[in-house]
Amino acid sequence: MKKLRMSKATGINFLTYALVIIAFVVLQVMGNQGMLSSTLKGQLVPICAYVVMALSLNLTVGILGELSLGHAGFMSVGSFAGAVSNVALAASIPDAGLRLAVSMIIAAIFAAIAGVLIGIPVLRLNGDYLAIVTLAFGEIIKSLINNMYIGMDVDGLHASFVQNTLKLEAGGRMILNGPMGIPGIQKTSTFVAGFVLVMIALVVIFNLVGSRSGRAIMALRDNRIAAESVGINVTKYKMMAFVTSAALAGAAGALFAQGQNTIVPSKFDFNTSILILVFVVLGGLGRMWGSIIAAAALTVLPEMLREFADYRMLVYAIVLILVMLITNNPTIKNFFESVLDRIKSGKKAKEGGAEA
Amino acid sequence: MKKFLSIMLALVLALGCLAGCGEPASSSTSGDGAATAFRIGGTGPLTGGAAIYGTAVANAAKIAVDEINAKGGIQFELRYEDDAHDAEKAVNAYNILKDWEMQIFMGSVTSAPGVATSAEANADNIFFLTPSGSSTDVLGGVADPLTGTVSIPRKSNVFQICFTDPNQGLASAQYIVDKNLGEKIAVIYKNDDVYSTGIYNSFAAKAAELNLNIVSTTTFTTDSQTDFSVQIAAAKDAGADLIFLPMYYDAASLILTQADAIGYAPKFFGVDGMDGILAVEGFDTALAEGVMLLTPFAADAEDEATQNFVAKYEAAYGETPNQFAADAYDTVYAIAAALEKAGATPDMTASQLCDVLVAQFTSADFAVDGLTGASMTWSATGEVSKAPKGMMIQDGKYVSMD
Repeated sequence: MKKLRMSKATGINFLTYALVIIAFVVLQVMGNQGMLSSTLKGQLVPICAYVVMALSLNLTVGILGELSLGHAGFMSVGSFAGAVSNVALAASIPDAGLRLAVSMIIAAIFAAIAGVLIGIPVLRLNGDYLAIVTLAFGEIIKSLINNMYIGMDVDGLHASFVQNTLKLEAGGRMILNGPMGIPGIQKTSTFVAGFVLVMIALVVIFNLVGSRSGRAIMALRDNRIAAESVGINVTKYKMMAFVTSAALAGAAGALFAQGQNTIVPSKFDFNTSILILVFVVLGGLGRMWGSIIAAAALTVLPEMLREFADYRMLVYAIVLILVMLITNNPTIKNFFESVLDRIKSGKKAKEGGAEA
Repeated sequence: MKKFLSIMLALVLALGCLAGCGEPASSSTSGDGAATAFRIGGTGPLTGGAAIYGTAVANAAKIAVDEINAKGGIQFELRYEDDAHDAEKAVNAYNILKDWEMQIFMGSVTSAPGVATSAEANADNIFFLTPSGSSTDVLGGVADPLTGTVSIPRKSNVFQICFTDPNQGLASAQYIVDKNLGEKIAVIYKNDDVYSTGIYNSFAAKAAELNLNIVSTTTFTTDSQTDFSVQIAAAKDAGADLIFLPMYYDAASLILTQADAIGYAPKFFGVDGMDGILAVEGFDTALAEGVMLLTPFAADAEDEATQNFVAKYEAAYGETPNQFAADAYDTVYAIAAALEKAGATPDMTASQLCDVLVAQFTSADFAVDGLTGASMTWSATGEVSKAPKGMMIQDGKYVSMD
């Protein structure tokens, strides 16, 4: 029985990889053939970033079982760390691809540090309390970056806080300018880089979930007291999942920021956190392929609905409500299950026939 | 497994269909009658918190386009897309316009989206003339007033019809000194906003240079722009006799009301975002008496062009147009004038039109008379020549202070 369950999980993992690879190849070929509209082409990198965001949040919400409302905070840390290092390293690493990779690693490290810092107090809490504290964390990050000034000149990086007191040498430039964010980002993110990041995120998450640690994390989610009683270290495993999730979100932020011309701190607010949570809930808690599809579909959807003009966001909300209702409707669920059962029993009968 | 496989297949099919649908649509638009009218596009916040500015611009641009089309001669097709005051959505909207084969871009209404779309338009060589994206980062190549360094190289095909944020900050400080308006000055600004911070930074730099006595500087954010009691109390305690308000009129109207409620009556000095304060619903316009502001446009000006525009706008949309609307109206006329002068035809590509228009806008003999300024000219930096004008509100009307 156990073997069967495992092989099912592995099968789904492989199909998830296949889904991403097929989608990538199809889009890449269509892009090369000039079959993609500018709109969709422009959205490829943000889609990849949001997919990784949804995957990483699914690790916290679906696998660890803790509701986080401040995930955009990690994205913000990653975005600004990544974009600042991209500008700062422009001279020392001329190769755009390599610079992007380095900046993503730096972003992941910064976001992981933020994850540890916020994790220490937060993971002592549960449920609603944790949700409120993560919400506050997202807002704190937003205000911190709103008041941060980073500039660069021949002497290296300079930073000041609250007031812009930087004195830069001639030929220097402001990189992060408080509420004005980073206005001149050289676009280095590509769809290929986004695809690679999605694959890395999947490998990390599937391997973590499938490992001994992953089972400990899920045991904590299912019954914390029982898990503690068999000697599972709550703090260690919670932290492991939370920090991994934060680091992936940071890398996604770096990808996102370097696919934009400009980013401002107010972009990563409460609404963005909720948007990512919607991807996760819509795709199904703990279901990674669901997060991928939901993130991609809900990023493209508002642009597809532009024909509705003023009623666009209204239609978007209605579509969201309908999808949530339909996927949770017992009648519809039963219908699909009965169809599936019929297919399965038909298949079994066939196999039985073949064996005979 | 089976369910998963079927969903996956469905998704791949859906993606294929989606991209398939996008392609013929764009090719068909290029087929029918592209050669009769210039396609002008623009993005702005038509929904969300900043929607008043976006709708004002879109409405006024439509009035101008209808007027020009009615005259015969140059014909325009106008399309405005919503960007919800967000840089990411603005780039999406820009790409939608590109798929529509936009030839001339009216830019983004607000600053942060304008920074993003101007970079895109610069890369694609599509002419960019924004009515109201006043941040210098939209243009590029302008030195930061605090550090004196340039962050973004000049985007050579990007121009503004409004004056830049630092320009307003400098002019405000100069004005206060020249007219000796206040001894002790307090500043309240919105520190999560590109526009407000941009003006404040240059104001602070110029004020230090002119030895203005700034006794209190307080800030607010989008989340806290309903209660100003702390900021007003700080200004009052410091004994300020003039409060500088570099912000939009919605927040400013609350500051005026709340200052009045505690019986504090300093002079108020605003910038172009203050224009529109007399039209705020539920706001006692008597409180705005004596408020000074810098604005290029007054809806009750006596000249024929302004009266014609205001009458048309009021008839069509039921409200008095603000400075954003006037800037948008001028933008369309400036583009039309440049196209006419250059003899451009609608069958030219966006890139060809861009080169032609840039040459016109930077040429010495190109000047446009508009609602917001007479004989406006543009320099290679993309900035417009018109200067901010000081106005004071007296008996519910703008009166020139010069």
